[in-house]
Amino acid sequence: MNSDDTIAAYAARFRSGSGHAAKPPTRQTLPPDLARLEAEAIHILREVAASFRKPVMLYSIGKDSTVMLHLALKAFWPSLPPFPLLHVDSLWEFAAMGAFRDTLMPALGIDMRVHVNEEGAARDINPFVHGSALHTEVMRTTGLLQALTGGGFDAAIGGGRRDEEKSRAKERIFSFRDAHQGWDPRRQRPEFWRTYNTRVGPGESMRVFPISNWTELDVWRYIEAEEIPVVPLYFAAERPTVVRDDVLLMVDDDRLPLQPGEEPVLRRIRFRTLGCYPLTGAVESEAETLADIVAEMADTRTSERQGRVIDRDGDGSMEQKKRLGYF
Amino acid sequence: MAKTLNRDGVLRLITCGSVDDGKSTLIGRLLHDSQAIMDDTLSTLANDSRKHGTTGGEIDYALLLDGLEAEREQGITIDVAWRFFATPRRRFIIADTPGHEQYTRNMATGASTADLAIILVDASKGLLPQTRRHSFIASLMGIGQIVLAVNKMDLVDFDEARFRAIVDEYTAIAERLGFPGFTAIPMAARAGLNLACPAAEMPWYQGPTLIAHLESIELAATDASGPLRFPVQWVNRPDAHFRGYAGTIVAGQVKPGDPIVTARSGKATRVARIVTVDGDLAGAGPEAAVTLVLEDEIDISRGDMLVSPEDRPAVAQQFAADLIWLDEDELKPGRSYLLKSGPLTTPASVTLLKHRIDITTLDERPARTLAMNEIGLANLETTAPLLFDPYGECRDTGGFILIDRYTNNTVGAGMIRHALRRASNIHLQPMTVTQAQRSALKGHQPAVIWFTGLSGSGKSTIANLVEARLAALSCHTYALDGDNVRHGLNRDLGFTDADRVENIRRIGEIAKLMADAGLIVTCSFISPFRSEREMARQLVGAERFIEVFVDTPIEICQARDPKGLYAKAASGELTNFTGIDSPYEAPEEPQLHITTSTMSEADAAEAIINWLRARDIIG
Repeated sequence: MNSDDTIAAYAARFRSGSGHAAKPPTRQTLPPDLARLEAEAIHILREVAASFRKPVMLYSIGKDSTVMLHLALKAFWPSLPPFPLLHVDSLWEFAAMGAFRDTLMPALGIDMRVHVNEEGAARDINPFVHGSALHTEVMRTTGLLQALTGGGFDAAIGGGRRDEEKSRAKERIFSFRDAHQGWDPRRQRPEFWRTYNTRVGPGESMRVFPISNWTELDVWRYIEAEEIPVVPLYFAAERPTVVRDDVLLMVDDDRLPLQPGEEPVLRRIRFRTLGCYPLTGAVESEAETLADIVAEMADTRTSERQGRVIDRDGDGSMEQKKRLGYF
Repeated sequence: MAKTLNRDGVLRLITCGSVDDGKSTLIGRLLHDSQAIMDDTLSTLANDSRKHGTTGGEIDYALLLDGLEAEREQGITIDVAWRFFATPRRRFIIADTPGHEQYTRNMATGASTADLAIILVDASKGLLPQTRRHSFIASLMGIGQIVLAVNKMDLVDFDEARFRAIVDEYTAIAERLGFPGFTAIPMAARAGLNLACPAAEMPWYQGPTLIAHLESIELAATDASGPLRFPVQWVNRPDAHFRGYAGTIVAGQVKPGDPIVTARSGKATRVARIVTVDGDLAGAGPEAAVTLVLEDEIDISRGDMLVSPEDRPAVAQQFAADLIWLDEDELKPGRSYLLKSGPLTTPASVTLLKHRIDITTLDERPARTLAMNEIGLANLETTAPLLFDPYGECRDTGGFILIDRYTNNTVGAGMIRHALRRASNIHLQPMTVTQAQRSALKGHQPAVIWFTGLSGSGKSTIANLVEARLAALSCHTYALDGDNVRHGLNRDLGFTDADRVENIRRIGEIAKLMADAGLIVTCSFISPFRSEREMARQLVGAERFIEVFVDTPIEICQARDPKGLYAKAASGELTNFTGIDSPYEAPEEPQLHITTSTMSEADAAEAIINWLRARDIIG
């Protein structure tokens, strides 16, 4: 489905030369609710570009990130987005994610920066040996803070959505972080209309969430309507899996230590969310196309984070991670 | 089927009420009934409800909604939370704000983007002080649609009379606040009655269910009837061949070929293209985030606004606004804050705090400052001109935030009422001796008697007679006359249209100062343009500005020609002469119309004195 050709065709849509001459519309208009969400996100992205000294867009390779990238491509066209993308690589991503990133970004001409917490990598921090909580903290949270501080970024655009998790429902669009990148719910600024206070002091920064008001179903409807390429793991296929603690794990490479008696089994699975492969549960599904996924989403009765191991680290775990600087 | 989902848009609403009114239950039910709560979330919720719930083992929706650990421990809601649900027809975003009295700022925040407010009332308790508070904030923030949700009808045995009594009582509040109307719905949220399904328990209620109402009201975003307002957010310049202006249309619509002007400079051009990556658009309306290319290259930067030429926003540095204070550090009138309105940021200060509103009684109270959660009416002054509409006409161009320059906190939110006449900002320091005291010493009211008419019409003659009569009556007077002023204060000005405007502006300012000092000022100026006389009226204050039209036909003026000017103009020696080669715009509604062909100059003066007496300006 997402061959290199699909990505090349997608990238061709954004060739900027065509900005100089008028051309007739080539796509159908979006449904009104998606059009409104899209316009809101574009407005926010432009506000970031116009207001901050050195913004960056966080790119996790997942569907939300890829939608954000698409929105940025549209917001600034015929210019390229006036900020780089940043991927904090935990070294435990699915192999297909790296391949997708490394094909898409050069095709679009995007300034894609990849950061790895080298200290964590040197200590070989590993979700199996050290547990999901420590692995996430070292490779994601600490890695992100290193990259943001090291890059001198004063705004980081993220793909967080308010429907994802309880504490996210209170998140601002422009979420203020102190000089230690910490999030204090009591220091968040009230947001009136679409007039965002973008001012930060030295060392302070902003996390910005342009798709705050989208739901998982909106994201998929938008991907379908706009024909945005995504990592093939979102589509159902036969893949080697094991079931561990009620989580359906994909055996993505030989780093997954099989427990006694465990034997990878081929199942028809897909992913609703992508992260470190040992921490991301799959769902059994027959959805092979975007239309299938949208139909499945409309009927689903479970939340997408159900498959995420880190959310089970205790009630309020996301709020605690946010206070520490996790996205 | 999801594939064919074509919802008509997004309705943003706010729920106002406390936990006791059943607000969490209402929101929880809306989410639940529209299947926005997933099974795994629901089972976690059921567990939590048994552990920490306050509903005796039933689902406690408050636990679903109170998202922060700190809140769950204290059992309070401390901030705005955003909830989504959808029906096949529409997407909804709920701003869930707490009902506590001290959280005015949270409700105002949520209300600022809401199209509709649900005011929750517990049928067994009736209207509470907070009902009035919530309604006032909804009104202040410009929410046009109000739903009065009379909840817990089961506690009053679904009694229609009880419902009607609450509706009647609320009608008085709605009228006082100027709501165009409201929709009252009796319901029992816990049982889901009249939320999605009509309630058999209340057969006397024939109106829509809450969901049916939310699905059917017209979305504000689809109203494209207003004048174009396009604040420029970002200038798109990929290379020397392309220059586009990126922004969101906050009102009106635009299509290629439309004439537009920049609000700041008034420069005019036309829209050439509406550019998107997927081809040019034939038109775009409210809420669209677009990139416009114009026919001419004119100087436009972030913070400017592209607008309809025939209906432009105000461009002013002084204005009156309702202000909500959001910060623990109270408002300091005179302090320089940063004001942000759309993409425009400029230093600004409060020059005068007129009053604060007691939001329980809605009474005005004198105030020197505003503390957090207080609301008041203030005059503000900005360093750069602000481009705005009254908030009641457009929220995006009429609203602004104030930012503390040192902490960078958002400390205030303002809703502009109107521009101030320029002179009203001389209130930087409150004056000890007021104008009323000065008038009392003089024994008469101050006034500016503005004589307008052609050269040679008799303005100065009549003004002289009037001043002589006033002096005889012991009134304190001064006469400003065209020629005299042009010898001194305005000797740098000629007779071009622009200079005539500046001439009148300066005279208006002088007249205003003299009136402030308590004098009765006679002003004799041709003042040929309506707009400048209107400017003088604005400067001086309409209540003490008396326009006297000295109406003499130009033939008589030419025949009189006391200064020989008409002869010079006729010979071409004098140009820009009013009535000859420069227009005179006669007043449409002067306070006094003196027709010199039927009235002597002495009678005219007498008529003016009588007019002043009849209005108690003089004794």
